[in-house]
Amino acid sequence: MTAGLATVSYIGAIILFILSLGGLSNPETARRGNVFGIVGMALAVLATVLGPRVTPAGYAWIVGALVVGGAIGLLAAKKVQMTQMPELVALMHSLVGLAACLVGFASYVDTSTVFPTPAEKAIHEVEIYVGILIGAVTFSGSIVAFGKLSGKIGGKPLLLPARHWLNLAGLLVVVWFGREFLRAHDIQTGMTPLIVMTVIALLFGVHMVMAIGGADMPVVVSMLNSYSGWAAAATGFMLGNDLLIVVGALVGSSGAILSYIMCRAMNRNFISVIAGGFGTGGGAPAPAAGGAQPAGEVVPVSAVETAELLREARNVVIVPGYGMAVAQAQHMVCEITKILRDKGVNVRFGIHPVAGRMPGHMNVLLAEAKVPYDIVLEMDEINEDFPGTDVAMVIGANDIVNPSAQEDPASPIAGMPVLEVWKAKTSIVMKRSMASGYAGVDNPLFYKDNNRMLFGDAKKTLEEVLAALIA
Amino acid sequence: MLIGVPLETLPGEKRVATVPEVVEKLIKLGFQVAVQSGAGDAANFADDTYRAAGASVVPTAADIWAKSDIVFKARVPTPNEVAMLREGGTLIGFVWPAQNPDLMQQLAAKMATVLAIDCLPRQLSRAQKMDALTSMAGISGYRAVIEAANAFGRFFNGQITAAGKIPPAKVFIAGAGVAGLAAIGTAANLGAIVRANDTRAEVADQVVSLGGEFVKVDYEEEGSGGGGYAKVMSEGFQAAQRAMYAQQAKECDIIITTALIPGKPAPRLITAEMVRSMRPGSVIVDMAAEQGGNCELTEPGQAVVKHGVTIIGYTDLASRLAKQSSTLYSTNLLRLTEELCKTKDGLIDVNMEDDAIRGLTVIKEGAITWPPPPPKLPAVAPAKSAAAPIAAPSTKKGHGHGAGEPMSARSLMTVFGAGALVFALVGLFAPASFLAHFTVFVLACFIGYMVVWNVTPSLHTPLMSVTNAISSIIAIGALVQVAPPLAGGAAVDRPSQLILALAVAALVLTAVNMFGGFAVTRRMLAMFRK
Repeated sequence: MTAGLATVSYIGAIILFILSLGGLSNPETARRGNVFGIVGMALAVLATVLGPRVTPAGYAWIVGALVVGGAIGLLAAKKVQMTQMPELVALMHSLVGLAACLVGFASYVDTSTVFPTPAEKAIHEVEIYVGILIGAVTFSGSIVAFGKLSGKIGGKPLLLPARHWLNLAGLLVVVWFGREFLRAHDIQTGMTPLIVMTVIALLFGVHMVMAIGGADMPVVVSMLNSYSGWAAAATGFMLGNDLLIVVGALVGSSGAILSYIMCRAMNRNFISVIAGGFGTGGGAPAPAAGGAQPAGEVVPVSAVETAELLREARNVVIVPGYGMAVAQAQHMVCEITKILRDKGVNVRFGIHPVAGRMPGHMNVLLAEAKVPYDIVLEMDEINEDFPGTDVAMVIGANDIVNPSAQEDPASPIAGMPVLEVWKAKTSIVMKRSMASGYAGVDNPLFYKDNNRMLFGDAKKTLEEVLAALIA
Repeated sequence: MLIGVPLETLPGEKRVATVPEVVEKLIKLGFQVAVQSGAGDAANFADDTYRAAGASVVPTAADIWAKSDIVFKARVPTPNEVAMLREGGTLIGFVWPAQNPDLMQQLAAKMATVLAIDCLPRQLSRAQKMDALTSMAGISGYRAVIEAANAFGRFFNGQITAAGKIPPAKVFIAGAGVAGLAAIGTAANLGAIVRANDTRAEVADQVVSLGGEFVKVDYEEEGSGGGGYAKVMSEGFQAAQRAMYAQQAKECDIIITTALIPGKPAPRLITAEMVRSMRPGSVIVDMAAEQGGNCELTEPGQAVVKHGVTIIGYTDLASRLAKQSSTLYSTNLLRLTEELCKTKDGLIDVNMEDDAIRGLTVIKEGAITWPPPPPKLPAVAPAKSAAAPIAAPSTKKGHGHGAGEPMSARSLMTVFGAGALVFALVGLFAPASFLAHFTVFVLACFIGYMVVWNVTPSLHTPLMSVTNAISSIIAIGALVQVAPPLAGGAAVDRPSQLILALAVAALVLTAVNMFGGFAVTRRMLAMFRK
């Protein structure tokens, strides 16, 4: 294949990638979008392999690597539970980060590239340096995010003293070693600053994600997604490859937009999410403890009574949260929905933009359970309807239905938009215990007069509700 | 502020302008409520239920009128009542300013503020919750059918019984406004064959949806006037219409007429001749009796039998369902009060900038403000907002994102300034080959931004997963390092083995991501269904 043909193929691949992202914005065209992505990727890889930059000597290696990696990837994709999606996505981000690091090192030790001017050599080295930096941060950050999401690392933010200064110091060291790296005349002397920088970047990634609370995880996952794109773009600059630059920039900017949308949904500032620590950005720690402590009695109900309430209702809104994902209760929820809809009850779902641990987490779970997506509504669409709702059922959600976000200006989650379930005639909260949510804030909803608590594991309790509904 | 609710004084009027349920909500808005003793009796709301809801019960009408800041009325107030109204007070209720010019003068002389619920601009969709004409008309339509059934000597539905076959009653409804539609629905539910006609052709679908059959007049003319009302039709049309009515009168057992044209006497649709042609025992309910009647023989307020046909001309159909109509009417007034008292502090603000409030307000502090300026047509609205840049707060887009408000000029300048500086630095120091890549990079960032901005939140996870899969494009970087074509001398000390190892490792990692990412996205998307 000639260089011209390869370039044209690259353009084709770029167009396909753009169509792919565009297609993903609407459920009707999403599947087609994914196909575009696959075709684009195949085109890009084939054009590169058959193009002028790869000699036949490498074919065996390439095919081998693709087969091994592809098999692992397909297996993982097949095995993974829908509830584990956030972990899987985080883990995959780390792979891209690591790959970017490896490519960066390989590019640095490669002496075959010739530069006409010293300026171009310097730029090339800056690109390597930055590429490895982003790659390393993505890698270690994603690993920690994976740990947090899968519960291997605790969800509470780890806040080292003077952590902002630590980060700043890290940045300065990185810049200083960058200067050293550029001044190095041969590869051996340049290697030391490069490795030191990589270690610092890895530590920085760990530190950054450790400091972010569990409730902000959706933002982090999407932010790391963005980083993996920037890493690809940096690699593209390093190798002078426009395809990498374009696609990296596409992924990077779309990830950044997604993070921004998430932040807006939580009414949080992007910077403060990244700076870490929920509600402790600089104010006194735990102001809620001394402030308005909700008081009163919680009223528990049984599964049978819940079924009774549901059966008599005309309008039901179900608000799922992370608890539903943990208990794998989505199929049970779907069964109950079906029965109620057959009885003529208007059942809808209210999804908070940050419910779960990943943007759109709940939508994916409900889709898996075959809940039709036209009854799954977003917060803004359903909030007005709560006053006309007979029963609002909250399944394993806490912070996203917390009225203190609206009522208590001292609350750490004040100003965050929430689903106003307390405006329904009756709200039923399914929870394992009275523990507070990820944000560590008590929820006055539980103490409201029209609220009932249904304690127990979501799946088991829902089974009982279902049995009572059929009976 | 104190809201007063007097007993309605018109003989036979059973409604009350506020029910206990609404009293509670008014109190929550910060108002106090006083109710005249016995005001709710006819609608089955005892004084005690008002007390329980938090209202004070006052013995005489004079106290209510003199002390209240705002008076809620159902019927048009009488001159005596207006005389009791406090100087500068506020009156909310039916006024019909066109028909009652003397009353308007009297109210204006009292320096009153008067909100006439009948003057509500009904075409505004946000005004619908306050539309008492609609809620009352719906009740009247229902009641008209019930009155007809009461006077009619047969079943409505057809039956086949051991004692013989009973044909269903045929009901003809003239005018398919709110009242007409309610009557159509009620009669159809009772099992009658329902036909309806209206000069506005667009209501045909609504008639059919309620179980009626739309009878066309054999003449081409469009009869839609302003604000959802009908207009006066041409002579030719009226002749054709008369022929159609004559035909229906011969065939039908029950005729319910609801035809009204605002500000004009009700059109004469049913002549004495047609009444004579009806079968004995038939019933006519003339809902337009108050405005002169659609039937020539109607006697307003009475039910009379002429030529063997019962002609019902009650003018208080809504009041005959007092509990229901009081509840709906008082809810309409509550919604209006909420609009007037957005601050929920028990004070009202008659905001003349608000189209709905402007239409309602017929007298403001003694100055007659009726009729209001003609309502702005929907098509004019965009032009208006262009003229006034500080338009109403922009409606939030569906899912909490979207372009939102445009940036202010200052922050836009800051952003552009910073961007220009960065670009200038790049342009000064970077070599040409870098600039080419840089161009591509910047443009791609913008494309990503544009493409992703409108994604629905339900697809955030698949989108992330597909972008993740696409980011394995970094495989290209590894591919070109595996076995590049080497140009002779340059590659003498190239650590080919090391590079190969690194590149292959990177390739394996990205392959996991590439295949896994797309496969998992496919799995997820396959689940999204309608």
